[in-house]
Amino acid sequence: MSSTKYILGLFEDPDELMHGIDTLQKNSVPIYDVYTPMPIHGIEKKLGIKDSRLGYAAFMFGCLGGTTIFSMAYYMLVQDWPMNIGGKPAFAIPDFVPITFEWTVLFTAFGMVATFFYATHLFPGRTPRVMDYRATDDRFVIAIDAKGNIPHDDITNLLKQAGAVEVKHNDRKYVSYE
Amino acid sequence: MASHSESIIREPLITGKDITYAKITNDVLRPVENMPGKAWWIGFTVASLGACLWVFAVSYTFWYGIGSWGLNKTVGWAWDITGFVWWVGIGHAGTLISAILLLFRQNWRNSINRSAEAMTIFAVICAATYVVSHMGRPWMAYWPLPLPNQFGSLWVNFNSPLVWDVFAISTYFSVSLVFWYTGLLPDLATIRDRATGIRRKIYSVLSFGWTGSVKTWQRFETVCLILAGISTPLVLSVHTIVSMDFATSLEPGWHTTIFPPYFVAGAIFSGFAMVQTLLLVTRKVLGLENYITMFHIEAMNKIILLTGSIVGVAYLTEFFIAYYSGGEYEQYTFLNRFIGPYWWAGCMMYGCNVLMTQLMWFKKIRTNIPASWVLSIVVNIGMWFERFVIIVVSLHRDYLTSSWAMFYPTWVDVSIFIGSIGLFFTMFLLFIRVLPSIAMAEVKLILKSSSEQAKKKLIEHGHLDGEQVEFYKESLTKFDSVEITDYQKA
Repeated sequence: MSSTKYILGLFEDPDELMHGIDTLQKNSVPIYDVYTPMPIHGIEKKLGIKDSRLGYAAFMFGCLGGTTIFSMAYYMLVQDWPMNIGGKPAFAIPDFVPITFEWTVLFTAFGMVATFFYATHLFPGRTPRVMDYRATDDRFVIAIDAKGNIPHDDITNLLKQAGAVEVKHNDRKYVSYE
Repeated sequence: MASHSESIIREPLITGKDITYAKITNDVLRPVENMPGKAWWIGFTVASLGACLWVFAVSYTFWYGIGSWGLNKTVGWAWDITGFVWWVGIGHAGTLISAILLLFRQNWRNSINRSAEAMTIFAVICAATYVVSHMGRPWMAYWPLPLPNQFGSLWVNFNSPLVWDVFAISTYFSVSLVFWYTGLLPDLATIRDRATGIRRKIYSVLSFGWTGSVKTWQRFETVCLILAGISTPLVLSVHTIVSMDFATSLEPGWHTTIFPPYFVAGAIFSGFAMVQTLLLVTRKVLGLENYITMFHIEAMNKIILLTGSIVGVAYLTEFFIAYYSGGEYEQYTFLNRFIGPYWWAGCMMYGCNVLMTQLMWFKKIRTNIPASWVLSIVVNIGMWFERFVIIVVSLHRDYLTSSWAMFYPTWVDVSIFIGSIGLFFTMFLLFIRVLPSIAMAEVKLILKSSSEQAKKKLIEHGHLDGEQVEFYKESLTKFDSVEITDYQKA
C-alpha cells in the first residue's frame, strides 16, 4: 500500500483551480480543502461551505457593548451619584450617545475578531498546518485525502488534465512540522 | 471571480510587464527579506535621533512639570493640543482608505491601505503622547476612566466631551489596530512560509497559524467587511468628538456648530497629504512604482483637492456666521486672525490649505510627482497652522483686554513637536523593514482584472471598441511606469 496521505494539485491560476475543482467533483473525488494566497470568490459555493455567521456574533457583541456602557453611565451619573449641573436633568440621554456608540463599535470589533480567531483556531504561536509552502505565495492548492480515494494515478491525471502545474503525493499531512 | 475582466476605459491599477503572483510577493517582500539600503539607514538614524529628542523633552516635562512649556494663564492650551489634533487628523486617512474605500469597492485602495493604516496607528500613538504629557502627572492617566475610586465613588462625568474623547480615541486606536493586524495575517503567513530558521519562528508566532483555507478566507472577508462597516462611522465620530472639545465651550472662535464636519474634512485632507508625503518616497525607494501608480497618486490628489475645498467652504461659512451673528467678540476673533499679531499664522492657514490646494485642479500638477510631494508638505504645514490658529489665536485675546497675551513656545514645546515627528518616522521605517508595506493578498486579487498586462491582452485580442481603446491609451500617457511605445505599434 502506498504511503501517500494527501494528494495536492498545485495550480498557478485561480480560474484553472476552479476548473480543477469542477473536474474532481464531476468524477466524484471528494476535496479535503483548498488553500489559496488570496480569497477566491465562488469556491465556498462549489465546496458547499455555508455562509459565515460571524455577522450575527458581531451584532450581539455590539448590542452588549452599547447596553453595558449605557447602563454604566446610568448607574454612575443617575443612580449612584447624580450631580447638579445647572439644575439640568442627571439622566442626560443625548450626552450618553457618543460613549454608547464608541463601546458598541469597540465590543463589535473585539468580539467579532475574537470569535473569528476562536472559530478558526488562530492564536499567537499556533503551529501552522501548512500542506504546501507556496500556497501563501503563488500556488492555488487543492488537497485530496488519499485514504480511500484510489487509484491515486487517476486523481493525478485528472488534476493534470485540469491544468495543475504540479501534483504532489505527500506522505505527511503537514509539511510544516519538524 | 478572478477572471472577470474590467472595462477597458478604466485605468490600470498594476502596471508593468510579466507581473505574476510570485513577482508581487518578491517585489513587496524585497525590503523585508533583505538588509536595508543606505537610504533606509540614513532615514532611520535621523528619525531615531528625533525620537530620542522626544523622549528627552517628554521626560523633562514630567520631571519639571508643565511649567517648562510656554503656556500662560491666558493661553492654557497651545502646541500640545495643536499637535494632538494634528496627529489624530493625520490618522484619519488610513481608516478612510481601509474602511470607506472598501465599502465603496474602490480597488485602488488595495495597494495603499496597508501602509496608510500603519500610518494611522503611528499617528494616533503620537497624538496620545501629547495627551499623556499634557496631564503633567501621567501616573494619574487612569483618572478619566470610569473606575471605582476612593472619593466616595465620584465617577467620571459622561456629559463632558473630554471623557467622550478618551472613549473615542482609545476605541479608534484599538479598533484600527485590530483591523490592521487581521489584514496582516495572510501576508505574515507568506513571509513565514518563505523564511527559514529564527525568522520563520518569529513570523510563525505573528501569523497565528494562518493557512489560507477556504473557510478561513471566507470568515476573513466577512470580518474585514464588518470592520470596515463599523470603522466608517467610528472615524467620523472621532474627529467629531475632537471638535466638540472646542465646540461645546463658549470661547469665540471655538463655539461653532460647523466644527464637526469641518474637522472631519480637515482630518481626511491632512491625512491624505501625509499618505502622499510618505508613499511618494516609499514607492521610489522600495521600487514599488508598478503597484503604487500614477493613478493612485492622482486619485489621492483629487481627494486632497475635494477635502481641501470642503475645508475652504467651512472657513467661508465661519466668517459669514461670525459676521451674521452680530456678536462683536465673535467678529473680533475672526478679524484678529488677519489684523492681529498672529496675522502670519492666519495667512499660513488660509494660504496653504485653500489657495495652494486649488493648484490641484490642473492635471499637470496632479500628475507631477515633485509638485505633488511639495504640495502634500504644504498641506501638512497648513493644517498644523489651522489648529494653531483655532487654538492659540482664539485664546490669546479674550474678553478682558488686560489679560491679552502672546504665546511663546519654549525649547521643550518645540522639541516635543519635532520629536514626535521623529517618533512617527522611526515607527514607519521599522514597519517597512519588518512587515509587508503593501497588502500582497489584496493586490493579487486585482492582478487578473485590473492590471495593465491584462488590459493589453484584451487590446491585442481585438473585439474592443476602437474609440475606447484610444481613450485608454491616452490615459496611459501620464503613467511614469508604463512603456507607452509598446502601445504605438499595437
